[in-house]
Amino acid sequence: MRRLVLMLCLLASPLWAVQPDEILPDAALEARARDISAGLRCLVCRNESIDESNAELARDLRLLVRERLVEGDTNDEVVAYIVDRYGEYVLLRPTLTGSNLVLWLAGPGMALIGLGLAFGYLRRQSRRKTEAEAAPAAGLSEAEQARLREIMED
Amino acid sequence: MIVELGHFALILAFAVSIFQVVVPLVGAQKGWPEWMAAAAPAATAQFLLTAVSFGALTFAFVTSDFSVALVTANSHTLKPLLYKITGVWGNHEGSLLLWVLILTLFGAMAAWFGGNLPPRLRARVLGVQSSIGVAFFAFILFTSNPFLRLESPPMNGGDLNPLLQDPGLAFHPPFLYLGYVGLSMAFSFAVAALMEGRVDAAWGRWVRPWTLAAWLFLTIGIGLGSWWAYYELGWGGFWFWDPVENASFMPWLISAALLHSAIVVEKREALKSWTILLAILAFGFSLIGTFIVRSGVITSVHAFANDPERGVFILFILAFFMGGAFLLFALRAGAMEAKGVFGIVSRESALVLNNLLLAVSAFVVFIGTIWPLLAEMFFDRTLSVGPPFFNAAFSPFVFVLAVVLPIGAMMPWKRASIGRALRQLTPAAILAVAGGLLAYAVFTGHSAIGPVFIGLAVWLVAGAATDLMSRTGRGALAGRLARLTRLPRADWGKAVAHAGFGLTLFGIAALTTYETEDIRIARLGEAFEVGPYTITLTDVREHEGPNYIALMGTVEVARDGTLLSTLHPERRFYPVAAMPTTEAAIDNGFTRDVYVVLGEPQQGGFALRTYIKPWANWIWGGSIIMALGGLLSLSDRRYRVAAGARRQAEPKGVPAE
Repeated sequence: MRRLVLMLCLLASPLWAVQPDEILPDAALEARARDISAGLRCLVCRNESIDESNAELARDLRLLVRERLVEGDTNDEVVAYIVDRYGEYVLLRPTLTGSNLVLWLAGPGMALIGLGLAFGYLRRQSRRKTEAEAAPAAGLSEAEQARLREIMED
Repeated sequence: MIVELGHFALILAFAVSIFQVVVPLVGAQKGWPEWMAAAAPAATAQFLLTAVSFGALTFAFVTSDFSVALVTANSHTLKPLLYKITGVWGNHEGSLLLWVLILTLFGAMAAWFGGNLPPRLRARVLGVQSSIGVAFFAFILFTSNPFLRLESPPMNGGDLNPLLQDPGLAFHPPFLYLGYVGLSMAFSFAVAALMEGRVDAAWGRWVRPWTLAAWLFLTIGIGLGSWWAYYELGWGGFWFWDPVENASFMPWLISAALLHSAIVVEKREALKSWTILLAILAFGFSLIGTFIVRSGVITSVHAFANDPERGVFILFILAFFMGGAFLLFALRAGAMEAKGVFGIVSRESALVLNNLLLAVSAFVVFIGTIWPLLAEMFFDRTLSVGPPFFNAAFSPFVFVLAVVLPIGAMMPWKRASIGRALRQLTPAAILAVAGGLLAYAVFTGHSAIGPVFIGLAVWLVAGAATDLMSRTGRGALAGRLARLTRLPRADWGKAVAHAGFGLTLFGIAALTTYETEDIRIARLGEAFEVGPYTITLTDVREHEGPNYIALMGTVEVARDGTLLSTLHPERRFYPVAAMPTTEAAIDNGFTRDVYVVLGEPQQGGFALRTYIKPWANWIWGGSIIMALGGLLSLSDRRYRVAAGARRQAEPKGVPAE
């Protein structure tokens, strides 16, 4: 009896991601649905898209996406429809608007600044190179120099 | 009794760690040799005491001592012994104890093998290392004590999260911690060097093995975690850009940058202050990683054990160590004058570019990880930053890195010629383009990004081979091959690690671009085609494990009429934790995995997902090869020689200062 109860628990356990009965007969539409789903966050999950999630709500959203697609919405319209209802929190790819520009430009901006700094540094370096070759290590005591040579020679 | 002993040993270790901060640091400042010499035995004592403490907790887990609150919460008598042991660190308190165990182990190793360090630097390194210990011992003892007893012990425990009862995940945290904590050594060396006000080539040589070891453990740890996610989470994803994953990825990127810039310090005495900064940042990211995992500030799929109040404590630790180190850096970095000079086109410059790309890509991961927090705090926007962002913002840097890596690796020190490097690499470039075109031609109708990255992967592997061959000089092929075996291990390590990076990139590109998926209701005995394979669900039956029950399917995978393998995907239910899990069944192959997941019964059949995942194993194979490269480099003669030099130098004693 206990076994039976446990088996029932097992059967009642959550659904896993996209179910066979959700799939649209039209392969092109289905591919678009998968594409859209991968970019929408499951609201009740930690950090999963509705495409991967096993939550009931994610299933509802997957079905909603497919419903809109079947009715002829474009991908953008479907996403806009979901964002209207659930807010921009559902978007796994943040929009390129307002303060989010900071997020999107942070990497390229940092790379440009870094390149500028690195180039400046390298130019100073190569200018120094035209001056004398490096003098013997200064600032070390006699004993330390001997020790350093010993280490470097090994 | 043993548990109390463990608790007591932990408190003693805390006391020793305070001693080990104060005495050696004061001694180093005042130049008192006895005080400086106190650091080494203290480090050993600290490690032994922490080991006793950890042993006591392990004992409590193995014997299922349910009077200990932690054991009750995380263990169960029916659990296999392996998971009783790994359960020690499968929770917040125990994992922190493992953290300090490794921290004190590294400190003790610096004491044991650091005989050739100048005594003042050694005292300072051990003192700084111990100050990290003080912070974490206090954290454990005051907020997360693993040794608390229960007044009325229950008959049995609450079981470990079933997702964690898996060999891949069982050994994932120790490796990550070895990596995180290994970076604490680089940090201690950096802060000690700032206190000394001096960085030289010898310093670079001492820092590099620690960084290399930390990076190598992080590589294995991240690889294990990713492999676990692949087979355990049920749809074969291997990387989710989850905050917790990012938390381990950022230190990996920074430590990769650090181990390259430390070469420049070691060989050319340049980039000193930058290397110090990277060493501080690398450990900073490790602390941020610990903060993210332990506080749960940023919601994530991995938040098994978290608590915001503990997060605040870690935030203070982070603020103290980073604030202190950066202040010291601001005061002292000016004193780090570069000695070696080099031209704009040189290996030094190539390594600067490597550092720039790695640091910026770590920054991209960082800002993406904390952006939801910043947006909510400052702009009142609740938003998500998920994989689509990271894929778009991170990949370009990987692309550039992969393009320039083989060229940079071929350049000589001081002054190089890009034209010469490119001429040597022409065969590699031709191979790369051919590889990309081949991928494009064979798999039509897929994204063009796949072939581009496959081409790059070929470029990296062929570039590594070219690099290795170019070190053998000129002459007949036989002579060059003979010389190949006598190359320093560091050269081999470099080539192997770079090739490993290429293989991982290949696996990722192939898997993400060319995966085949099939979702359907499979009826017993009814065959269906997925790609070139014929899949048949022949049987589904009940099955009982040690601490779970399961529905187990039998799936036959055939190709052209020959049976390739019989797979057993399961749906498990862990009654104690009341948690279901999916156990995918995978037919691992060199060129592809067949990945089968069993769903629930539907319309007279079972929901069945089948994936053909091309070259999936190359992702982790590449990671292992990367780690192997690190290991080869670590075993290079010059580090062993440095250890040997200690034995010769010892009788001479220390010149008085």
